[in-house]
Amino acid sequence: MEQFKTLTSTAIPLDIANVDTDQIIPARFLKATDRKGFGDHVFKDWRFHNDGSVNTDFVLNNPKFTGSILIAGDNFGCGSSREHAAWAITDYGFKVVVSSFFADIFKGNALNNGLLPVQVSEDFLKQVLQLVKQNPETELEVHLENQTISVKNSEITETFEIDAYKKTCMINGYDDIDYLVNNKKLIEAFEAQKTY
Amino acid sequence: MGKTLFDKVWDAHVVDSIANGPQILYIDKHLIHEVTSPQAFNELKARNIPVFRPDQIVATADHNTPTQNQHLPVKDELSRKQLAQLSENCKTNHITLYELGHKYNGIVHVMAPELGITQPGMTMVCGDSHTSTHGAFGTIAFGIGTSQVAQVFASQCLLLTKPKSLRVTVNGKLKNGVLPKDVILYIISKLGTNSGTGYFCEYAGDVFENMSMEGRMTVCNMSIEMGARGGMIAPDETTYDYIKGREFAPKGSEFDKKVAYWKTLATDIDAQFDKEYVFDAEDIEPMITYGTNPGMGIKISESIPEETDASFKKSLDYMNFQAGESLINKPINYVFIGSCTNSRIEDFRVAASYIKGKQKADNVTAWLVPGSKQVEAQIIDEGLKAIFDAAGFELRQPGCSACLAMNDDKIPKGEYCVSTSNRNFEGRQGQGSRTILASPLVAAATAVAGKIIDVTQTIDVLEAV
Ligand code: SF4
Repeated sequence: MEQFKTLTSTAIPLDIANVDTDQIIPARFLKATDRKGFGDHVFKDWRFHNDGSVNTDFVLNNPKFTGSILIAGDNFGCGSSREHAAWAITDYGFKVVVSSFFADIFKGNALNNGLLPVQVSEDFLKQVLQLVKQNPETELEVHLENQTISVKNSEITETFEIDAYKKTCMINGYDDIDYLVNNKKLIEAFEAQKTY
Repeated sequence: MGKTLFDKVWDAHVVDSIANGPQILYIDKHLIHEVTSPQAFNELKARNIPVFRPDQIVATADHNTPTQNQHLPVKDELSRKQLAQLSENCKTNHITLYELGHKYNGIVHVMAPELGITQPGMTMVCGDSHTSTHGAFGTIAFGIGTSQVAQVFASQCLLLTKPKSLRVTVNGKLKNGVLPKDVILYIISKLGTNSGTGYFCEYAGDVFENMSMEGRMTVCNMSIEMGARGGMIAPDETTYDYIKGREFAPKGSEFDKKVAYWKTLATDIDAQFDKEYVFDAEDIEPMITYGTNPGMGIKISESIPEETDASFKKSLDYMNFQAGESLINKPINYVFIGSCTNSRIEDFRVAASYIKGKQKADNVTAWLVPGSKQVEAQIIDEGLKAIFDAAGFELRQPGCSACLAMNDDKIPKGEYCVSTSNRNFEGRQGQGSRTILASPLVAAATAVAGKIIDVTQTIDVLEAV
């Protein structure tokens, strides 16, 4: 997994609530057996019309908005547990997703793929969405060590929560497999004395 | 202070706790399927890590399988490759696989309980969010991402922070024609789609105590649709009777020993939940959804509410419905009875009891897709197939089918489908398709009428169900 420490970037405002993982990556693209290339299909049915033409109304197709931070509406990533959603978002080039609420499984999947979910207050979310929409040049700064997200050159800032263990993993680029495999002895001992 | 059912099962599986961090939770059973496992197998291979406990893993092919001509090679090349990859991975790693055509093949959340693999007091995971289904047995069961599938392959464990606890109690007697699906759609319509996020839910009260295992599975299945990782119901005589004698159930004195343990699992009277909700069975009626998330549900006799926020409007635009309108008499051209929510034998019995002696409306394409080979066999043995055939319904072969439309079973753009599945997201049943979630009874009634009807108006029919 890639390390994550800080990020300064412009952002893309996806001002839609309850974005489910079927929208992030529709089921018909789940036939692949590797992790590559899902970025091509991220938000496919919002980015493209059914006839394959580009939907110019959709924010990802608006050339004014660029950057590796996705700002989304409330309850992002609900629905299917498909990790392909996190792969698609990272493969497209995002490193951070900001929302006022994340669905559990999506949050876990994101963290396991070096994609940082930053959960902010509804007020902060509204404010940032508006700023970015008004001025696409607006830059956001995300600092994982301090757990802060700020609008560059402004007073606007907020701290966010992250599990201490997950934070260490992200900063160092470790993942859970490393940890678990190193604890095999403990697991075998547990198996030997299971009480149920 | 007493412990909840969830606490008891969770605590018995904690291998270790990391200071200020997650716990290592031991997983008893790991179910896998073709869509979310290949990348996990690749990950292990790349790191040169063997599968740690292959005999605790069971595989099936379900998401990406055709529901017709299963004896022939799968036509779609990518699907065929994905299925072949599963077979190869299982063979190399010595994992039991019930592949397409096997007599135990089926949707992972239908075949595992049916075979007695799912048992009370276990921890179970699968790379599929509706793993919550197995909670009906008093099992901690939840969906995981592919990275976690790889973790369980590597260590039979997961690193997790213990979720908070939530209890939903429904007491009273359900009205005629109100099915388990209506109960859970009602609960989600009241609580919303993220009320359960961060929680594990226990369902309690007479309504669940009096419910069959099939019904309990329908309820627990949709726990994820209110954001909860899983749902659970305390095991009781209904549970033990269901498990007894099944293929992988404990046998003889081993079974009695297990039952004695399972009886200790129920939530203690003085246990505290972080959040509690109580509903009255009398308030529940047959439900349908009108929007693009499962929380957007109403009683079939009600009208769509009038709300003004942008995502509500977006949703109604997608569905081409108006705020304030009733859905009664809306013409419907597609009906799907299937998915891990409602594809068990009981669901087809309910549908058959309504359909018997009637005819499907001409405008309707009606697919009945059993959850497993065993359910399919039962449908034939019990004479239900004959009823469906006579009424013009099409009984297909088992699989996830139009629930997620990865195979050819897609609802065309712009068409409505009254579906017994669990998700009405945009395009879930095919690009541009519009899903209306409902019980198997409402779905059957829609197929016969060719439009949505108020089943509560046909009391005689309801009494038969
Ligand atoms: S039937 Fe639908 S919800 Fe159930 S496992 Fe299959 S795709 Fe998932």
